[in-house]
Amino acid sequence: MLSALGYGSVLAALIAAGIMALAGYHAGLARRNIEFAATLTRRAAYFGFFAMTVGMLVMEIALLTHDFSVEYVARVGSHETPTYYTAISLWSSLDGSILFWGWILAGYGALFAFTRRSEIDAHQRVGGRVVAADGGLVPSLKTTPLVIAVIGTVGLFFFGLLAGPANPFGIVSPAPLNGPGPNPLLQNHPLMGLHPPMLYFGFVGMTVPFAFAIAGLLQGNIEARWIRDSRRWMVAAWAFLTMGIIGGGWWSYEVLGWGGAWAWDPVENASFLPWLTATAFLHSAMVQKRGGMLKTWNLSLMIGTFLLTLLGTFLTRSGVIDSVHAFTEGVIGPLFLGFMAIIALGSLTLIGWRSNRLYTAGQIESPVSRESAFILNNLLLVGFTFTVLLGTMFPLLIEAIRGDRISVGPPYFNMVASPIGLALLFLMGIGPALPWRRATSDHIKKSFRWPILLGVVTAIAAFLLGMRQLLPTITLAFAAFVLTTIVQEFAMGIKARRKLANRSFVGALLDLFSRNGHRYGGYIVHVGVVVIALAISVSWTWKTERQETLRAGERLAIEDYEVEFVEVWGIEEPQRFVIGATFETFRNGKPLGQEQPRLNIYHRDPSQQTIGTPAVRSSLSSDLYLTLMAIDQDNLEHATVRAIVNPGIVWLWIGGMIMGIGALIAIWPRGKIRVRAASDQLLADGGTYQLPSLDIDSSAKTENLERTSPSKTEKSIE
Amino acid sequence: MGLVAMAGAITLLAAGGLSENMVFFLTPTELEAKGTEIIDQPIRLGGQVKPASIDWNDNTTDLRFIMFEGDVDIPVESTGAAPAMFRDGIGVVVEGTYSDDGVFRATNLMVKHSNEYAPPEHSEDVRDTYKSLLDSSPK
Repeated sequence: MLSALGYGSVLAALIAAGIMALAGYHAGLARRNIEFAATLTRRAAYFGFFAMTVGMLVMEIALLTHDFSVEYVARVGSHETPTYYTAISLWSSLDGSILFWGWILAGYGALFAFTRRSEIDAHQRVGGRVVAADGGLVPSLKTTPLVIAVIGTVGLFFFGLLAGPANPFGIVSPAPLNGPGPNPLLQNHPLMGLHPPMLYFGFVGMTVPFAFAIAGLLQGNIEARWIRDSRRWMVAAWAFLTMGIIGGGWWSYEVLGWGGAWAWDPVENASFLPWLTATAFLHSAMVQKRGGMLKTWNLSLMIGTFLLTLLGTFLTRSGVIDSVHAFTEGVIGPLFLGFMAIIALGSLTLIGWRSNRLYTAGQIESPVSRESAFILNNLLLVGFTFTVLLGTMFPLLIEAIRGDRISVGPPYFNMVASPIGLALLFLMGIGPALPWRRATSDHIKKSFRWPILLGVVTAIAAFLLGMRQLLPTITLAFAAFVLTTIVQEFAMGIKARRKLANRSFVGALLDLFSRNGHRYGGYIVHVGVVVIALAISVSWTWKTERQETLRAGERLAIEDYEVEFVEVWGIEEPQRFVIGATFETFRNGKPLGQEQPRLNIYHRDPSQQTIGTPAVRSSLSSDLYLTLMAIDQDNLEHATVRAIVNPGIVWLWIGGMIMGIGALIAIWPRGKIRVRAASDQLLADGGTYQLPSLDIDSSAKTENLERTSPSKTEKSIE
Repeated sequence: MGLVAMAGAITLLAAGGLSENMVFFLTPTELEAKGTEIIDQPIRLGGQVKPASIDWNDNTTDLRFIMFEGDVDIPVESTGAAPAMFRDGIGVVVEGTYSDDGVFRATNLMVKHSNEYAPPEHSEDVRDTYKSLLDSSPK
């Protein structure tokens, strides 16, 4: 019963995706305005979301009611699994996660359609027909359906997987009485309910900018509004992806028990790669927005980011790489590879076909300008992507070519990540302080005097305080440099607002966020990145580790902590058997309380898996991280514990949250409807998109004008 | 020019880093076949823990066991490993080097996570293994 309903809704979503594609391409590519097809496209997007929502709810009901006649439930469900983990086991295995993925994709399609629902103004309607002011094509009847059509095309692939090889609604007959429960690793920590959805919202969200790229190529129109709209969607997806990656690191830290957050595991890399290219796009888009340059480059980044999300899914889902995350295997691999090949070849063909329209005569005026900084930033980010991709894929290539199985260890990634990461950190202090087009030597002196001074002072202070390690010293100095630049930027902005609008300090700050959220939200994101860079550097350099076997009352001392063994114990829970040890912990002699690291043996597979639950006591200065390694099974007299002191690691999560807040400021909606309607009209009139009085970035432009020298005129290249 | 130089630097960095940090992934059979040519090179070795071969020293936290595949046995020594994480017969991956005395010295031990559900074959019940624990009262 549930199976039929679920499968039916998948089929309905598949049909909706087909209509989205057909009607959307028809409306978008025809040389006349077809309101009917455009409306149909939007409605199909709503319906697709409705159908997928039904499908997902059906699966949730099947999971929560333990309906083992549904194949997926029989595979990941069990009566013993706690309700929370039963609910989130939707994404604990292949088919369910593709269902979840499809639901998000349909959701993005519907959300996009919804944001574009009222774009036809009354004056554009003449006698029931839609006519642009100049009698030409109405953009909202062109771009919107095309973007939805591309989302529908991607939907055809994913819903097709659900209807075919990855059908989670298969029927098991006779239905088993119980199932094995989800993979133990995935039911061991509540973060599992947060980290995968964030990642999926990020991954799937990259479909929208990709759809913009394809729509823009098909239309041959990649102008100011296109880049602004697509960037907005990209920022949203990027923010989710950022949270997903940080959340993944946190999960790994809380569950895997080795005391770190990031191991350059192929599947971790898979989430990091599209993040790098998306970050590159967020910067290079500003160059295009400003001077129309880098169109092909930006398109490539959007398409590349989407391809990397597919690659990430392929690596995770096809079981091609043996890693803790590759929790499932299947026949999905070749299908994914084929889909990726079609996307890549199709996109390249489109770019080649449209190459004449992608060329812009603009050029970089001076190597010392914000444009140059952004381009350097892009090369570093893409270089980073390339090296991580190489390290991730190299073992696969070697195995495919020579048959040898090799792995590329974290040392490789750390070696390439350190210099590139530091260079990027440094650039974060340079780019924002440089003006567009050309910086004068006066400007440079004025902008960089304080940042450089504070950077150098920080380095010297660190040395005098006894810091002798090179990398953290450089990181610290760069961090001071970047933070000073950001503070300076805020100070200048606030000063200008106070003068201009006679605002209080806080009022001026809020003005900056509300009037120019992209820029100042971006700076907040930068602050988060600096905090993370410091956390990584400090926790890696000063991490200490000790392992000892303790009897009751014996203590292990590490840094300023002490750990005293009390007892071992065991509990039987429905889904697992838990062995734990109790320790009293002390810091500088003062008691901190008890910690209980545990080992969990899941009944699902008792001969195979023991999953540890480390005990983590966090503080702003350092974490005490305890992993239970062994116990005395016969007499329960002693336990072996590994204690790790991780300085500053908490700042990884705090930095992540700061990044999230910054991104939220950047995409917070700001009275855009009027702007959009007006810009549509202008575009329809064939005018260039220049609305200084309404443009949300107008304050930035005026401010930049003040700082742009020598000509002080704004050039608009179209 | 500067950009080309930078691209070149990144490529060199990547290529150099790759060749230095490649770790061969071998099974006990492959390790034995390679013999002396891979002595003291970093290797990942994956196989099964031979039943009743686990020897764990509480005080030194030294762990010895035999990894096997078919007829091939490789003695493995490891310090700081997590013996409670694995038992007889499970799949395990160790990272380290193979010495000319025929012992694999592991610096890192990873329990291989089975991807597929398989019902337990031998009826070694957790409750039996940790029987004494159940009698103790949990904190």
